[in-house]
Amino acid sequence: MSVFVLRRLLTLLATLVGASLIIFLVLDALPGNAAQMLMGADASPDAVRALTVKLGLDQPLAVRYLQWIKGLLVGDLGNSYVYGTPVGSLIAERLVLTIPLAIMAMTITVTLALSAGIYTAANHNKLGDVGVMSLTQVGIALPNFWFAILLVLLFSVRLQWLSAGGFAGWEDGIWPGIRSLLLPAISLAVVQAAILARVTRSAVLEVLREDFVRTARAKGLGKREVLWSHVLRNAMIPVMTVMGLQFANLLAGTIVIENVFYLPGLGRLIFQSIANRDLIVVRNCVMLLAAMVVIVNFVVDVLYAFIDPRIKVHDL
Amino acid sequence: MAECSNMPLIVVDNLGVRLNTSRGPAQAVRGVSFALTRGETLGLVGESGCGKSVTALSLMGLLPDSAVVTGSVKLDGDELVGLADSDYCRLRGNRISMIFQEPMTALNPMHTIGNQVAEPLRRHKSYSAAQARREAIALLDRVGLPDPARRVDAYPHQFSGGQRQRVTIAMALACEPDLLIADEPTTALDVTIQGQILDLIADLVEERGMSMILISHDLGVIAENVQRMMVMYGGTVVESGPTDEVFRRMGHPYTQGLFRARPKLGARKGTRLRTISGTVPELADLPSGCTFSDRCPLVIDQCRAALPPMVDVGPGHFARCIRTDVSMAERVGALTA
Repeated sequence: MSVFVLRRLLTLLATLVGASLIIFLVLDALPGNAAQMLMGADASPDAVRALTVKLGLDQPLAVRYLQWIKGLLVGDLGNSYVYGTPVGSLIAERLVLTIPLAIMAMTITVTLALSAGIYTAANHNKLGDVGVMSLTQVGIALPNFWFAILLVLLFSVRLQWLSAGGFAGWEDGIWPGIRSLLLPAISLAVVQAAILARVTRSAVLEVLREDFVRTARAKGLGKREVLWSHVLRNAMIPVMTVMGLQFANLLAGTIVIENVFYLPGLGRLIFQSIANRDLIVVRNCVMLLAAMVVIVNFVVDVLYAFIDPRIKVHDL
Repeated sequence: MAECSNMPLIVVDNLGVRLNTSRGPAQAVRGVSFALTRGETLGLVGESGCGKSVTALSLMGLLPDSAVVTGSVKLDGDELVGLADSDYCRLRGNRISMIFQEPMTALNPMHTIGNQVAEPLRRHKSYSAAQARREAIALLDRVGLPDPARRVDAYPHQFSGGQRQRVTIAMALACEPDLLIADEPTTALDVTIQGQILDLIADLVEERGMSMILISHDLGVIAENVQRMMVMYGGTVVESGPTDEVFRRMGHPYTQGLFRARPKLGARKGTRLRTISGTVPELADLPSGCTFSDRCPLVIDQCRAALPPMVDVGPGHFARCIRTDVSMAERVGALTA
């Protein structure tokens, strides 16, 4: 078990190092000089050069990369080119919104997907199965920003239950914050839930065909008991794999959805920083997203070993 | 339990099963009838697809929902055909148990073997977790699993095929069923293990006074392990009788074909195995009349007209053939072997 975790940790570290290299090199290769952007097109070449030196952009590539990594390790991400404030606190402010949003969206996704997937598998080829599966087909085809606008039309414009955008913050308690994140979370969740529901359904159906399901029935267990006590745990491996991958999709989705709902989250920060060529912010945000995705998938890998007793032995 | 031991435990009368296959509806079992008293053992022999496993699953009530079962199956006088699943659940694993062919896949890889053996006890006898665990260890010990107290918490992948089959036997016997159905219990095992497992089953059946239905395609296994046997072909029983009687003098050309097709020790190198010419008919597309008529060396027009009746050919010995006068003149069986 510990060997298994250790090996996965090493993979995780290697992935992070690789991601940091790619992020750094790609952003460095982008055309456009940050100093030039900040000073405007009319700035004198001397002034631009001075700012370039001040920002450390004249240093060789390797030196700048190592400086960035050193900063990441001690928690000093540097200052934003545009705002002049520390990138760390800039990101922290935005995470207060984006992390709860991601958690809410993932919770909605998993709840919808598991119930729909298990229900349809248990009622395979019956009316409920066909109906719910048609719905998921529609769900997969929906662009989330368009669905978000439909939600705003219904719940904000027509019913006036929730606000159409903006973030209430957490100062007045938890509910106003959650209310303002509800529509964005639903729009993020619907597509993911539709995909995950189909994965869950086919995983459960596959396990239902296994011999040990018949053995369990031969022992006198009812269909429902077999589903809960024998089938689900076996079906969870593919479902969790997809869940881990979907987390990455979900984070990418926040960039669009936070713009639709005018939410000051990490996605919007990335969007604005790209527009402003505030590359130091972009670089750190993208690194953070990469780290989140890698860590979530690491957790999924470790959970495999908890769910499936066979994995421990094979990997020891 | 055995108040009146001469009353049959299970009576199957004119059992029919229609399955909905991808090739359309197929009559997998037709007109199967037999009775089994307590402690009696019955063998079902036939090729794959002859309906022997479907017969077993219909006794267990475990056929797919789309299957249509006709006829009657009575356990101690109570009708099982058409029984609600919740009522059937009280019988399965409790009064009727089944051992399956594939020990490698018949156990849930995520649960410890102890929990899987304890499950029927907890369900049918309402044992506490501790009680069921103690009983599971005792059962695992009885089926010859080494060091059961320690290995009760191990997972199926930590056992060999033979050991896993011992575990499924322990599971099937947990609630001391009246009837044990063993569906090719040794087919997936090494030859060296097969004998051990069959001996174990035979010992347990005798020790607990259970009735047993043993399903096999192996005539040798049937000859050594059951008192009575039925040969199935194309969903019908083509021959039935006391095992010794059938082996002494086989009545049906199909049974004779199976017997001739068995490999023989001491055969000259390069000798080809005898085969039954032709292929097993599709259940969705059975010939009218005798199901074996397309492959039978003795076939006459009359065979194809209608399904032949069971003909009495010896003490308790029947063959579904109108040409037993010719087939039995050849004297195939232990008499000539």
